[in-house]
Amino acid sequence: MKLHEYQAKGVFADAGIPTPDSQLAETVDEAVTAAESIGYPVAIKAQVKVGGRGKAGGIKLVEDADEAREAADEILGMDLKGYDVDRVLVEEAVDFVNELYVGVTMDRGEGRPVAMVSTRGGVNIEEVAEEDPDAIAREHIDPSFGMHAYQARKVVYEAGVDRDIANDVASVLTTLYDLWEDRDGSDIEINPLMVTADDDVIAADAVMNIDDDALFRQPELAEMEEEAADDELEAKANDYGFDYVRLEGNVGIIGNGAGLVMTTLDLVDYYGGEPANFLDVGGGAKAERIANALDMVFSDENVDAVVFNIFGGITRGDEVANGINDALEAFDEIPKPVIVRLAGTKAEEGMEILNTDLVQVESTLEDAVQATVAAAEEVEQ
Amino acid sequence: MSVLVDEDTRVVVQGITGGEGKFHAEQMMEYGTNVVAGAVPGKGGQEVNGVPVYDTVSGAAREEDANAAVVFVPPAFAADALFEALDAPLDLVVAITEGIPTQDMSRVYRALEETDTHLVGPNCPGLITPGVAKLGILPGNIFSSGNVGLVSRSGTLTYQVVDNLTDRGLGQSTAIGIGGDPIIGTDFTDALELFENDSDTDAIVMCGEIGGEDEEEAAAYIDEHVDTPVVGFIAGRTAPPGKRMGHAGAIVSSSGTGTAQSKIDALEAAGVPVGDTPEEVTDHVDDLL
Repeated sequence: MKLHEYQAKGVFADAGIPTPDSQLAETVDEAVTAAESIGYPVAIKAQVKVGGRGKAGGIKLVEDADEAREAADEILGMDLKGYDVDRVLVEEAVDFVNELYVGVTMDRGEGRPVAMVSTRGGVNIEEVAEEDPDAIAREHIDPSFGMHAYQARKVVYEAGVDRDIANDVASVLTTLYDLWEDRDGSDIEINPLMVTADDDVIAADAVMNIDDDALFRQPELAEMEEEAADDELEAKANDYGFDYVRLEGNVGIIGNGAGLVMTTLDLVDYYGGEPANFLDVGGGAKAERIANALDMVFSDENVDAVVFNIFGGITRGDEVANGINDALEAFDEIPKPVIVRLAGTKAEEGMEILNTDLVQVESTLEDAVQATVAAAEEVEQ
Repeated sequence: MSVLVDEDTRVVVQGITGGEGKFHAEQMMEYGTNVVAGAVPGKGGQEVNGVPVYDTVSGAAREEDANAAVVFVPPAFAADALFEALDAPLDLVVAITEGIPTQDMSRVYRALEETDTHLVGPNCPGLITPGVAKLGILPGNIFSSGNVGLVSRSGTLTYQVVDNLTDRGLGQSTAIGIGGDPIIGTDFTDALELFENDSDTDAIVMCGEIGGEDEEEAAAYIDEHVDTPVVGFIAGRTAPPGKRMGHAGAIVSSSGTGTAQSKIDALEAAGVPVGDTPEEVTDHVDDLL
C-alpha cells in the first residue's frame, strides 16, 4: 500500500524529519487561502499515487494569489495518468542549492534491507540506477541488529555528500530506517532531500510504501488506506477480500491461485484477446464468494465475456459447479456470456452439474480461453 | 530416490489443532506421510487424529524423532513458529502460511543462513514425492510417480502443469512449491541443484512468474551447472507494472524490472525452452525425454 505524499510527510514530520510548511486543500478557495497563509512562492501539488506528477502537469509553482487560483483550478479535477485529482498539497517552495536522494528498501534477492544515498536527487532514481549505478551508494543492513550509526555515516560519505551536511543527512537516514522498521515499510524514500544555502536539509517529497501483509499491525496506516482508495472496483474487491487488479481489456477473468490466474490472463492475450482484470477467488467454493466474484466482473462495463477457470485441489469441482449454478440462477438474465472450465478434484462431476443453459462448459484451459475470446469479440460487434 | 522428502521423513505439524492444520494433517496421513507429532503452545498432551501434540517443536523432535515440520500457523505468529522450527533443529521446514510480513521473513532468512535446514515457502502448497509422502496441501490424486522434477512459485499453476504431465503419462519424482513471497527459503537455484543431483530425475520443469530476479539467477545456474534438461514456464506476461498480482512477490517494479520477458529471455539464452501455454510445457518435456 502506498501513502499519499501528504500522508507520508505527516508521518515523516512526526518522526522529526524536516518537511516544508504545507496544507491540504480540496477546493480552489481552500488552496488560495492556504497559499496566502504559507506565503509565496508556493508549490501546488496534485495528490495522486503516481510518479512523474511534475512532468504530467500535476505540480505548479506560483508567485501570487491569481496564479495560485489558476493553478489550483487547473490541477483539481484533472485526470493525471488515469487518476482523478481531488486534493492538492499547497506547500512552501524551498530555495535549494542541491538535491539528494535518501531511501530504504528490501533487497528481496539478499533477503535483507538496503539503505541508499545519492547526490543525484530530484530526478527519477531508477533511471540513475540504470545509467550510472555507482552514483547510488548502498549499504545492506542486518535485520537482526538494525542499522548501526556507522552504517548511516558510511553510506552518506560513500555517496560523496558534502561534509558540512553529512551528519544531518545521516541523521535523516537513521530516522528513515527506524520508520521503515517500525511502520513495516517496503520502500521509503525522500527524493529530493533538498539542501538550502544555509546547509539545512528538508524533505521536499515523501514516498512511503507499506507492506500489505503487515497492515494488520499498523492500524493507523491501514486507516489512511481507506481514505485513499482510488478505483471504485478495486475498493469493492477490498470489501470482498479478493486479490483484484483492473486492466483495460474486455475479457473478464475469474480463477483460483495467483499463478494460474496470471496464466489465464496471458492465454487471453496469446489467443488474441485483451484481459479486463485479474481476479483470484482463492480456495473454497461457497456460492456467496462465487456470486461476489461474478458481481465484480459483471459490474465492469468494459467486460464483454467472462472465463471462469478453477483448478480444484482441496476445493472440489462439484461444489464449485453448484456455487456457479446458484450464483447465476439468481439473475433474471445473465448479463454477459460465462465460459467455465473445471479441472482437478471432482471436475468431471462438476461439469455434469453445471447448468449449460447459463454457462458454456469447456474441458481444457486453452479451449475455454479461446471460446471466451471469441464470445467477447462477438459481443463487441 | 527423490529430493527432500522420502520414506524417512517424520513430520511434526505446527498448528495441528487449528482448522487447516487438522484437516491437512489428516490428508497428509491418508496419503502415506509419516506424521508423528503436532506442536501447539499450550496444547501439549492432547491428541489430534491419533497424533500426540507437544507444547514445543523441540519436544516433538526429541520424543518422536521428527525431522521435518509443516507450518500452518497464522501470519502474525508464523515467524516465531519458523524460528522455533529452525531451533529444534530439523532438516526440512515447510511453511504453508500466506501473508507473513516481509520484514519478519527477512529476520527468519537471516537465522536460516546459520543452519543446515531446508526451508520451503512460505506462501506455498508444499512438496510431494508421489506415492511416498506429501508435506503440505497439494492434492495427491493428480500426481503420479515418475522422473520429472517440478519446481514452481505457484500452487494451482503447479497442479495445472502436473495434471497435463500425468495425462501424458509423464510422472514426477518430486514436485516443490517454493512459494509466492518476495523472501523465500529454497529458491529455484537450490531446487535445480537438488534435482540435478537426484539420479531419478531425468527432466526438470520450472514454473516462474513476474517479480524479483530468481529466474534470471536460475538461468545462469542452469547454463553453468545443470545437465538435466529443463523446461520453463513464466506467468505474468500481461501484468502491468507496479501492481501486485495476487502473490506478494509477483510484481513488476514501476521501473520495469522483474518482467516475464526478462525471465523468458534469460531462460532461452541458457538453452531452456519456455512454453507459451501450460500444454506446450508438456510437449517440450515429452520431446526431451
